[in-house]
Amino acid sequence: MVETIDRERAQERAPSAAAEAPRRPVPAWVITLGSLVVLLVAWEFFGRDINPVFGSYPTAILEAGIALARSGKLWSALVESLQPFAVGYALAIVVGVPLGLVIGRFRIVEAAIGIYITAGYAMPLVALVPLLVLWLGLGFKVKVAIIFLLSVFPICINTWLGVNAVPKTLIEVGKSFVAPNSVILRRIILPATLPYIMAGIRLAVGRAVVAMVIAEFFTSISGLGAIVITSANNFDTATTFVPIILIMFMAVALNYLIGVVERRVAPWQAEIAGRDQQ
Amino acid sequence: MGQVSLIEVSKRFSLRVDGAVQVVEALDRVSFTVHDGEIVALIGPSGCGKTTALRIVMGLETASHGKVTVDGREVTGCGFDRGMVFQFAELLPWLTALQNVMFGLEMKGMRGAELRDTATRYLDLVGLKDSLSRRPHQLSGGMKQRVGIARALAVDPKVMLMDEPFGALDAQTRETMQAELLDLHARTKKTILFVTHDLDEAALIADRIVVMREGRVQEVMSVPLARPRGDLGLVRGTTEFAETRYRVWQALHAKTVH
Repeated sequence: MVETIDRERAQERAPSAAAEAPRRPVPAWVITLGSLVVLLVAWEFFGRDINPVFGSYPTAILEAGIALARSGKLWSALVESLQPFAVGYALAIVVGVPLGLVIGRFRIVEAAIGIYITAGYAMPLVALVPLLVLWLGLGFKVKVAIIFLLSVFPICINTWLGVNAVPKTLIEVGKSFVAPNSVILRRIILPATLPYIMAGIRLAVGRAVVAMVIAEFFTSISGLGAIVITSANNFDTATTFVPIILIMFMAVALNYLIGVVERRVAPWQAEIAGRDQQ
Repeated sequence: MGQVSLIEVSKRFSLRVDGAVQVVEALDRVSFTVHDGEIVALIGPSGCGKTTALRIVMGLETASHGKVTVDGREVTGCGFDRGMVFQFAELLPWLTALQNVMFGLEMKGMRGAELRDTATRYLDLVGLKDSLSRRPHQLSGGMKQRVGIARALAVDPKVMLMDEPFGALDAQTRETMQAELLDLHARTKKTILFVTHDLDEAALIADRIVVMREGRVQEVMSVPLARPRGDLGLVRGTTEFAETRYRVWQALHAKTVH
């Protein structure tokens, strides 16, 4: 009896021990960096031939960026932009995730408000901005509202879809141990849905950043959006690019950060998925 | 104690097929009893209702008519007097082996050092003392099912309910697990009701076999093999084993369905 167990376990252990030493592939960041260098060099090369009103090129943008940073305008604009962004985006997570969980879990809630979420996702928010301004004024509040409204729906919908994808049998495991509904939601459905939630939070970054600029264009002109508008009005194209590139850089950094958090809170997911790429 | 009785249990489903509502009779007045400390196999072809019967005993589904009792008390839902072992183990993938076993115990209200000790003891019992901190995807099929058995056993149920527990395993691992289950039964004396479609498994492990067909009990037969069974390889060579296996086969292939 004991002997048979040991033999079986030895067999089970065998494949992992025999893992072959892999040839070290080129790290992903090296490839990404290479791609960036090629793009920047090409842009620099061709961009110099274009009239500086119609386009710009990396070194000119860098120069404009340094000038903006030295004058202190860039940092105050960044802080001004980030405040409503952080509040609106955080609010979208805090509201979107529980809402998605409840919609996915309870049939009645799904039937009652699911339709608003689906419709809200497709809402032409830019068209509603004038109305929001009437309600909330031109200040901080309306900016938070715009960022929140544009980013809450992908988070909520992804969470909702995630709940629907939880295997029924895992919920039955909870039931078979007499777990109350709240425990099943918190200890089975929430962790099983985490990869979907994280995907929703990532998708929302892009929308929240766009919402941030829309808010700055269409309410009180402020922050990074203001730099874009004033420099464009002065035909200073190089300076126009500075906040645009800064915003894109910010979105990429935030996306990376979320990836780090994801591997922290759902490490099993990456291990199960085990991407196999060519 | 741990006696399970199914009394005239029926289950009807409504299915919508091509727009028309069909009533499917999954179970039709199924009655049998599993005595304390006994191992009973529920066998039959796919769709005969054996898994539905097991799920009703567990409380995961409700009977349309009839009732199930455990030690005379009627089953109205899931309870710690019954422990379920699922077909594909169904471990929670974000928890380690130890945490998976602890999950059931926590639901029962156990806390602190006792929680960890009890879970460790049951994983030791199924031979997984060295794999406590592995996550399910780092375990083989056989090891996963051992964790599933430990998780169900740890809450100390009166009855273990097993839904084709070894059906997803390869032949060799399955034989090992069958021997381990008998060993576990000898030590814990738990009442076991298990579903299988494997004639050999039913004859090797069970004290009695309930043959089901088309939602009804076709036949209940006793297995004339002594306990402990000893070397299962030798048991397979006995005439009693061959006869039991043949009788089950006959019941499964009889022209008339009861």
